[in-house]
Amino acid sequence: MAQKLDYLKESPSQTAGPYVHIGCFPNMCDIEDVFDADLGDTMLTDATKGDRISITGAVYDGTGTPLKDAMVEIWQADGKGIYPGGRDPRGPGDANFSGWGRKAGDPLTGEWTFATIKPGAVPFPDGRMQAPHITFWVVARGINIGLQTRMYFPEEDNAADPILSRIEHQNRVPTLIAEKMGKGQYRFDIRLQGEGETIFFDI
Amino acid sequence: MSDGGFFARDRSWQPPALTPEYRTSVARSPSRALLAMPQTLTETTGPVFAPDTVKPEDADLIHNYAAEGQSAVGPRIIVYGRVKDETGRGVPNALLEIWQANAGGRYRHKKESYIAALDPNFSGCGRCMTDENGNYEFRTIQPGAYPWPNRANDWRPAHIHFSIFGEAFAQRLITQMYFEGDPMIPLCPIVQGIPQKEGIESLTAALDMSRTIPMDARAYKFDLVLRGRRQTMFETKMEGA
Repeated sequence: MAQKLDYLKESPSQTAGPYVHIGCFPNMCDIEDVFDADLGDTMLTDATKGDRISITGAVYDGTGTPLKDAMVEIWQADGKGIYPGGRDPRGPGDANFSGWGRKAGDPLTGEWTFATIKPGAVPFPDGRMQAPHITFWVVARGINIGLQTRMYFPEEDNAADPILSRIEHQNRVPTLIAEKMGKGQYRFDIRLQGEGETIFFDI
Repeated sequence: MSDGGFFARDRSWQPPALTPEYRTSVARSPSRALLAMPQTLTETTGPVFAPDTVKPEDADLIHNYAAEGQSAVGPRIIVYGRVKDETGRGVPNALLEIWQANAGGRYRHKKESYIAALDPNFSGCGRCMTDENGNYEFRTIQPGAYPWPNRANDWRPAHIHFSIFGEAFAQRLITQMYFEGDPMIPLCPIVQGIPQKEGIESLTAALDMSRTIPMDARAYKFDLVLRGRRQTMFETKMEGA
């Protein structure tokens, strides 16, 4: 016998279920006058620095059907590559940018759209720069524990990225790269299972 | 001392993506292995919510949707506890968002079709932030069990959904709180997706008569644990930083 390590265990995850809107988007699901606004709905102000972009997509199950009850959150650096909010050791970041967005899929189509800015590059722990990216977190009915992935930009040099370049199955890397639909407009679909299955990370 | 990254998530403790008795998980679970990657600033930072993001009344589900002078129907309870990390430290300023069915097991949601009645005075949503020691408290009513389409006759145990933001996106968590003594817990395929019985117990709130307010509300204690952050005696500076 040895001494005991006094660590606690992380609380087990459970699915967000089909009614995540009640807690996270009450105004969207007609529960008005309880919370002022649905958190994460707006990431920008008029004063936010950086190039405006929009990201539209949907989450698809293993049959190719879009999820109509998914919740998608994103977290990203500001236009200069600093994470807002004060926890980035390199500085406070853009005070007019939240860095965090949250959307529910449309009840009919499953689509969501984030209006944000293109993030700057952020360093890897060894000092190399990572390609600009946005982290995604997906929960829904049938998802027992939230899924983490990343979106990268097609116009960037992603081949040198420290994370993308270490992926063994390079033929899966395109699942992490958005499609450019027009100036400042991107499409990023997330496939949970099967053909074209998105890479999900254990972070 | 300086902060390192977060402890690796123990996947043998967490429910797997595929739990076939929970049928919706079959087409919604990745079939490829998760890809491990080093944590970067993307994972070790996260959104910061100002304390005025929430109002005190947001945490009172008995009244936050009720007409003047009225209150939600059902057993009145206090749900309180502490958000800690795996090292036992309290997590201050954590944002908690909760949602739940009413006392009859009915959600206020347009896709909900259970025959139980809606309560006109109950929204089912609440939120609050932890204090400097990680403590939080809600007032609500005890939700009812309800049937759901899965196997031919599945009923969810009474539960409250919790969404938690800690100090970093790596800690992001959604889970559910169950009630001590509920006979539906062992029958539920969602709960039973948790591999170890100690894991299920850690999501089961305990009745706390000491915290009960006599002639008003009983209390349930529900602590939450987020991933722990490594600490090191040595300064680990990022190259180029």
